Amino acid sequence: MSHYPPNAKWQEMARAGIIPQAGNAQEYSVAGWRNERPVRDDECCINCLFCWVYCPDNAAPVKEQSVKGLGFDLVHCKGCGICAAVCPKDCIAMKAETEFKD
Amino acid sequence: MGNKVALEGNEAVAEAMRQINPDVVAAYPITPSTEVVQNFAQYVADGEVDTNFVAVESEHSAMSACLAAAVAGGRVMNATSANGLALMWEILYIVSSLRQPVILTVVNRALSGNINIHCDHSDTMGARDTGWVQLYAEDVQEAYDNLIQSVRIGENLDVRLPVMSCLDGFLLSHSYELLEVEDDAAVQEWVGPYIPDKPLLDISDPKTVGPLDLYDFYFEHKRSQMAAYPPAKQAIIAEGKSFGEAFGREYGLLDGYQLDDADLAIVALGSTCGTIRDIVEQQRAAGVKAGMLKIRAFRPFPAEEVAAALGGCKAIAVLDRAASFGAHAGPLYHEVTSALYTYRKQIPTNNYIYGLGGRMILPEELTSVYDDLQQVAADGQPAEPVSFLGLRE
Repeated sequence: MSHYPPNAKWQEMARAGIIPQAGNAQEYSVAGWRNERPVRDDECCINCLFCWVYCPDNAAPVKEQSVKGLGFDLVHCKGCGICAAVCPKDCIAMKAETEFKD
Repeated sequence: MGNKVALEGNEAVAEAMRQINPDVVAAYPITPSTEVVQNFAQYVADGEVDTNFVAVESEHSAMSACLAAAVAGGRVMNATSANGLALMWEILYIVSSLRQPVILTVVNRALSGNINIHCDHSDTMGARDTGWVQLYAEDVQEAYDNLIQSVRIGENLDVRLPVMSCLDGFLLSHSYELLEVEDDAAVQEWVGPYIPDKPLLDISDPKTVGPLDLYDFYFEHKRSQMAAYPPAKQAIIAEGKSFGEAFGREYGLLDGYQLDDADLAIVALGSTCGTIRDIVEQQRAAGVKAGMLKIRAFRPFPAEEVAAALGGCKAIAVLDRAASFGAHAGPLYHEVTSALYTYRKQIPTNNYIYGLGGRMILPEELTSVYDDLQQVAADGQPAEPVSFLGLRE
């Protein structure tokens, strides 16, 4: 609902809550839903791309057939842990959000 | 000029639908509303309307298809009863939240259990908080007239809400009555073309409808929806007046009968109001200052108008054709007494529950209500919190 200013009053709402643009789910941050954050060990990673394939939120970015060094999209990662579960080399650790300052 | 014809309530409703010629009807049959959809499907098959008729596998799907067609930009209608309405429940809220003027005929029927196909108001009373405008018809003429007006009330640009046009199952839906059916062209001219508000099929203006809406804006959106109901009240009055100018039958939120100088008043919905008119006449002939208040628009509830209309009475009886299980009285009683309390009218008010599952309401029972009210007026307080009419006890 990013088209409203954050403190918009009810009188400013669009009728029926229509958003005057299409395909805007990308703009919605779900970072706050996450309890644990995936952290990939790039030394251990064999670039099988399972994390990219299995991520339900398309939050494991890949570039030139490699996930190495790209980390995760922490705006859209909900911390479900599927990437860690499917990693054949156990290279992805799920770490408590409380360990991070950002 | 219209034609005087004898039609069943369901036939009259289907006739109004034929004249309105909606873009989409998605429906699933259920007694006692089946004939509405059956007759209309015949009009579709005979090419008398341009409507896209969608035969679906359940009422949940029926209302879902109606919602989708409305969001896409169509004028949409449907009909159901009781358990069918219950199965639509989830989608009823979404249609009103998305501010789509879908028009639903509800032929009132008892909601199970045990299973019963006859009239009471438990189906639409349960749906009173779904955000739909609700009109209740007293006779077949009004059922026909209400459906036509529902289109303009719901589609009013300040309103944009779905409307339930309610008529009593069997008592009206399967009863032949003489009524004026207006000319097709006159109805179509009065109803006018549909102007959708931000239709999804307008691909030059892409938009997102019905997205996730959490604690940051949901409350503001709900408050914004609540603001649509005062204009809906005004639209019911304005369209009822405009309809009267066009066709000679004017309607409002309420219909008071012999109420202006009445000491004793009965408040009711639907076809029972017709019977009450006769009893009021009998009471008046016997020197009793009796009156009746028909609630035509139950949603939005005209609280201020109800309090004003009843303000001069000495005793009131509210008739409920539905139980509100666990509440201390019936649903209409709650609305009426809440209106009286809010607008500082301290009038003793009795509640009567009657007619559940199609139990007939008899003239002598209504006479007994006015007899009770004489006593209530003398005592200055209601007798029993809730009484029952026509119940073996």
